[in-house]
Amino acid sequence: MSLQHYLADCHEQLGDKNRRAMLMTHVVCGYPSFEDNWQALEVMQEFGVELVELQFPFSEPSADGPLFVKANQSAIDAGVHVADCFAFMRKVSNHFSFKVIMMGYYNTVFKTGSDSFLKQLKEAGGEAFILPDLPVDEAGELHSAAAQYGLDPILLMTPTNTDERLQQLANAARGFIYTVARKGVTGSSTDMNQDLAEFIKRCRQHTDLPLAVGFGVSKKSDIDFIGEHADIAVIGTAALQAWEQGGAVKLREFFTQLTQS
Amino acid sequence: MDLFDFENGREGYYGEYGGTFLPEILHTTIEQLKTEFRKAKQDPAFWQEFVSLMQSYSGRPTPVSPLPNLSAKLGGAQIYIKREDLNHTGSHKINNVMGQGLLVKRMGKSRVIAETGAGQHGYATATMAARFGFESKIYMGAVDVARQRPNVFWMENMGSEVVPVTDGQQTLKDAINECLRDWVTNMDNTHYVLGTACGPHPFPEMVSWFQSIIGHEAREQILTAAGKLPDRIYACVGGGSNAIGIFQGFMEDTEVELIGCEAGGFGPGQGNHAARLAYKDASVGVAQGMKTYFLQNDDGNMLETHSVAAGLDYIGVNPILVNLWEKNRVRFEAVTDQEVTEALKLSMRLEGVIPALESAHGFAQAIKEATQMQPNEVILINMSGRGDKDIFTIADALDDQHWKQFISEKAAGYRGGES
Ligand SMILES: Cc1ncc(COP(=O)(O)O)c(C=O)c1O
Repeated sequence: MSLQHYLADCHEQLGDKNRRAMLMTHVVCGYPSFEDNWQALEVMQEFGVELVELQFPFSEPSADGPLFVKANQSAIDAGVHVADCFAFMRKVSNHFSFKVIMMGYYNTVFKTGSDSFLKQLKEAGGEAFILPDLPVDEAGELHSAAAQYGLDPILLMTPTNTDERLQQLANAARGFIYTVARKGVTGSSTDMNQDLAEFIKRCRQHTDLPLAVGFGVSKKSDIDFIGEHADIAVIGTAALQAWEQGGAVKLREFFTQLTQS
Repeated sequence: MDLFDFENGREGYYGEYGGTFLPEILHTTIEQLKTEFRKAKQDPAFWQEFVSLMQSYSGRPTPVSPLPNLSAKLGGAQIYIKREDLNHTGSHKINNVMGQGLLVKRMGKSRVIAETGAGQHGYATATMAARFGFESKIYMGAVDVARQRPNVFWMENMGSEVVPVTDGQQTLKDAINECLRDWVTNMDNTHYVLGTACGPHPFPEMVSWFQSIIGHEAREQILTAAGKLPDRIYACVGGGSNAIGIFQGFMEDTEVELIGCEAGGFGPGQGNHAARLAYKDASVGVAQGMKTYFLQNDDGNMLETHSVAAGLDYIGVNPILVNLWEKNRVRFEAVTDQEVTEALKLSMRLEGVIPALESAHGFAQAIKEATQMQPNEVILINMSGRGDKDIFTIADALDDQHWKQFISEKAAGYRGGES
């Protein structure tokens, strides 16, 4: 089943889950450890998240905020390699019911070799990839190769884009689109306000794909806002912060406040 | 050869290298920059404004000086140096910075940010910001803050905020990442003044263009001074801006050999140096906005680098130079820390010039090769900057007892003042 169809089905079931938006969560592979990752994913599964991004650590994570920068660096220092991330992804996709997406930086793909990377991603049960530093203008070959493997490139739409650019992005996108709620890096919170609603509306005019909203989602009211205007809420830094404060217990508390009315 | 005559659909590419690899949020910003830069490059009045600013503010044209004592001692080629050290702020970095400053005015932005390694680029940016009335913030790896304190002092006193970067290796590459994080947040009023001919297009082209002022001057000057074109030109290569700057004056002169001198640090072996092309430890990758050779591992994660010269201590290299290297137009050599110290001593003692540790890499390679050359041959070295900023590092390398005593007394004085 294609990612887009999977998301359509998940959307149907949101009523049963008593939630207004689908959830995509995030873990940095090997940070603090793969065991911690696994336990965090078990909590995420309990709360019925639909998608999980597994971030492959990179030494120059220039689009990430301080917490993820530290996470990337610690994972590399601890000896996490690309091969370990794929091995972990395979375990995860075999065990859990959510769909798994690779997130990382383009050099990881480039250095592995596009074809080898895509092949390993497919074998590991990944559905898609998000590479925030690979602009669509440079991605033609990778995207066509990905299509051969049935893998979706997830593109980012941002508030600074012109309508013409949004259309160009929409034309190349598959699976769903990641709309970036604000300027800046991952981490600090975002005002879920009229401007954001307008921006999402602008994105919507260019595509029928599901829209994910990311950067700074941390509260139930954020989820409700995203449910009203878009489809998928992306939970990144806030969940890692909860994990750092108190492991599975705190993470469960975090998801409880996020999902319960 | 026009380096910037891009093939159709390959704008910003030099052979396989270069490109624009940035997060989508900066797409509009970088497009605006490209447009403004194109307009400026096509406007002869802009270049004229730039040249007269550099004359009145930075002392251009900088001279070409002969080094007769060093040449005689080595007994080979006649050695000349292009004096970028005589610029205001003490290095070639000011050329690029004032040029970008003029562009910032045209774009109507009010804030500038910059990364810096040796501190020379940060120092130049702080100067430009003070002069043009821009707000400024300089990101500098914490390791570099510690080894280039005199420049930090001047930046702060010219009104810049200097932010020590404690991520990663805490050197130049990490400062670049931090600038990108600032830029994706503040692009509306902020221009990122990249300090070397690296990063996403149009930076390599733009920085090269401003630095070409070195080569244009040098070609005329050396013809007058030596009566002929140089046989070989040496320039140190960190990101590669002073090198491409001087080389551009001689692109058409195929008989002039161009030599890029990289940081050999402790010598070959991963983690020991910052020689991307001269040693065999680097491979092609995509990071920091561009595709080029990087010192990286099989996962595409960057390796540690080392050089006594903060300004050469960098994982990547100018994509234009990589292309010229592949075409055998530029030769690359690596110079070790040890060789640099020797070259520095020789230059100070015999000629009374103090090259920056970065520039001393060019001196060291030229000294090695000069002895093998004939007295009717001519060498030109780009002295990209002056060594005053390196006083702490050089004093340590030379184990200078008088300096150590002075510093101890000074420190004791401050401690006394506190208690
Ligand atoms: C004096 C001097 N020379 C050379 C460099 C290296 O930079 P580039 O290779 O861009 O000229 C620096 C960088 O900080 C510098 O300060």
